[in-house]
Amino acid sequence: MSVGVEAKRQPRGRKLGTLFSAMPLRITIILIAILWTLPTVGLLISSFRPAVDLQTSGWWTIFLHPFEAAQWTIQNYQTVLTTEGMGVAFLNSLLVTVPSVVIPITIAAFAAFAFAWLEFPGRNFLFALVIGLMVVPLHMSLIPMLRVYTALDLNGTFLGVWLAHTGFGLPLAVYLLYGYISSLPKEIIESAKIDGASPMMIFTRLILPLSVPAVASFAIFQFLWVWNDLLVALIFLGTTNDLAVVTTKLAAMVGQRGQDWEVLTAGAFLTMIVPLVIFFSLQRYFVRGLTAGSVKG
Amino acid sequence: MQDKSLSRRFTDLLTEGPLRVAVSFVVPVIAFLALRWSFIFMRNAEANKLTIGLVALTVGVFGVWALFLITDGLVSRLPDRIRERIRPFVFVGPAIVILSAYLVYPTFNTLYLSFRDARGLAWANAKSPFGLPIDNYLFIFSDADLLITLRNNLLWLVLVTGVVVSLGLIIAVMVDRIKLESVAKSIIFLPMAISAVGASVIWKFIYNFKPAGTPQTGILNAIWVALGHEPVGWFIERPWNNLFLIVIMIWLLTGFAMVVLSAAVKGVSSELLEAARIDGASEIRIFFSVIIPAIQGTIITITTTIIIMVLKVFDIVFVMTNGQFETQVIANRMYSEMFTFRNFGRGSALAVLLLIAVIPIMWSNIRGLRASRT
Repeated sequence: MSVGVEAKRQPRGRKLGTLFSAMPLRITIILIAILWTLPTVGLLISSFRPAVDLQTSGWWTIFLHPFEAAQWTIQNYQTVLTTEGMGVAFLNSLLVTVPSVVIPITIAAFAAFAFAWLEFPGRNFLFALVIGLMVVPLHMSLIPMLRVYTALDLNGTFLGVWLAHTGFGLPLAVYLLYGYISSLPKEIIESAKIDGASPMMIFTRLILPLSVPAVASFAIFQFLWVWNDLLVALIFLGTTNDLAVVTTKLAAMVGQRGQDWEVLTAGAFLTMIVPLVIFFSLQRYFVRGLTAGSVKG
Repeated sequence: MQDKSLSRRFTDLLTEGPLRVAVSFVVPVIAFLALRWSFIFMRNAEANKLTIGLVALTVGVFGVWALFLITDGLVSRLPDRIRERIRPFVFVGPAIVILSAYLVYPTFNTLYLSFRDARGLAWANAKSPFGLPIDNYLFIFSDADLLITLRNNLLWLVLVTGVVVSLGLIIAVMVDRIKLESVAKSIIFLPMAISAVGASVIWKFIYNFKPAGTPQTGILNAIWVALGHEPVGWFIERPWNNLFLIVIMIWLLTGFAMVVLSAAVKGVSSELLEAARIDGASEIRIFFSVIIPAIQGTIITITTTIIIMVLKVFDIVFVMTNGQFETQVIANRMYSEMFTFRNFGRGSALAVLLLIAVIPIMWSNIRGLRASRT
């Protein structure tokens, strides 16, 4: 599906006539947009306010004297990053997320290539299995995998989490990459075969470079999914200080510092920075990945 | 030129000569030892965090590539006939192994556990009719708390799906007709990038409660008090507290539905709309009789997608109330059965409920696949 936020820029209002007359329509949209932004803006403003102010007045009161320096501070961020341990959690999130994106994409690309271009017994059955597994809720895996991990001593290791995210992301990755790789022109692959290229060479020199768009879309989707994930991290990594990722850290902070809004607001915004940067810089691919990836189990 | 032939000769030595056996033996062993060392190193609590990180990234990113290249190298040394048979499995094998380990085996194991007793230790047939081992399921459908949990999931399912799809569709049609379309869309779509935990903190702040007489710092109570009411603890107002949680997911997902539906709305042919208009159809009529039928397929897709997402809702409830005050949902209850009570049998039965709910979708996906392949 080709979904672009900016697919067509010109409004079709005149061509379509108007469902609502132009002015009320515009106002409605503006109101919805404000309503949708307000929560995030409130959080962002609050994260820069001193703790005392946060307990005694609403964030909207800063608009009374927006330029008064005393009501702004970056102290909250310093506290959260150092004493609250969000800095370490940030690093952990990166360590969890990057391999959790690369590993499934690599494995899925190899598999998608085999499903699309190699002959082997059981191919159709195995592919149907992949499609079926796409919507299996990952909750079905949690209890058995937790027990297996305990037996193998994999609980609380990065390797364990990478593999878990690989397992849960793989069906969708295979499906998406298969869709792309199987539609590549047959001629180029045939001619490479005639030239004596091995499947490995065809894959690394030909298929992979051609599949960059599909790989990028899935990579963005998987990155956001893993970065924003709470459940898998909670179960397989836990919330101890040296292993917590940003989401588990923030959830733990809500539990322990329920009313300390100076740390909660700053902490929440820190967890959001990376996804927001990706959102604003790669919106087009982001939409594509998200649309494609929305059926994940 | 000389270099090339030299390296060719070196490769030949490795692949043809007597060294060949040694190489195919030594390379995997070295790779294995390197991986083993790196994992031991990563568990070393004394080591520097950044160094561990770098080792972890290297292993995670390059390890999987090394795995494929080494196995392919090994397989290509086999005699021709066997090689061609094994080769596809070099490509597809790791995926199948991981899927079996992480999805297929656990699915069967969870099914099995769900028929054991609450803790998963013995067959569960003590009190069941006909001696069937379905104690956990009987419990789920009879326990008062769990019935509320099921009710809540249904509430989430209906309200989130209903509101998100209809609101998304309405906004998609409206936004199609204004300037600055992409800006408005980006703003409404933005929450999709935010984690459910982050969103929960954002909304917890909105719902914040301060005792009457003190200034309210949560915007909802501030407005409520300004309208002349007493401040409300929104999370303990049952059953309405469920709605306040549901709003969060609506806020997260509406933009997503809108973006997908908007692309479909743009695909509706202008001629069709023009023709309807010439025939004198009102805009409302056009919306229901032309636009909706034209994008039916997309509406179904997005609805299924959101159903799957909502079914598994966990993070929001976990962070906001942890299921207290009658706001429990299946996934969160399952989590506490697992970790708080170690009730692996009962937790498994809850997971199976989620699976049963998606089976129709799974079935239609596989059938769609068959149709597209023949």
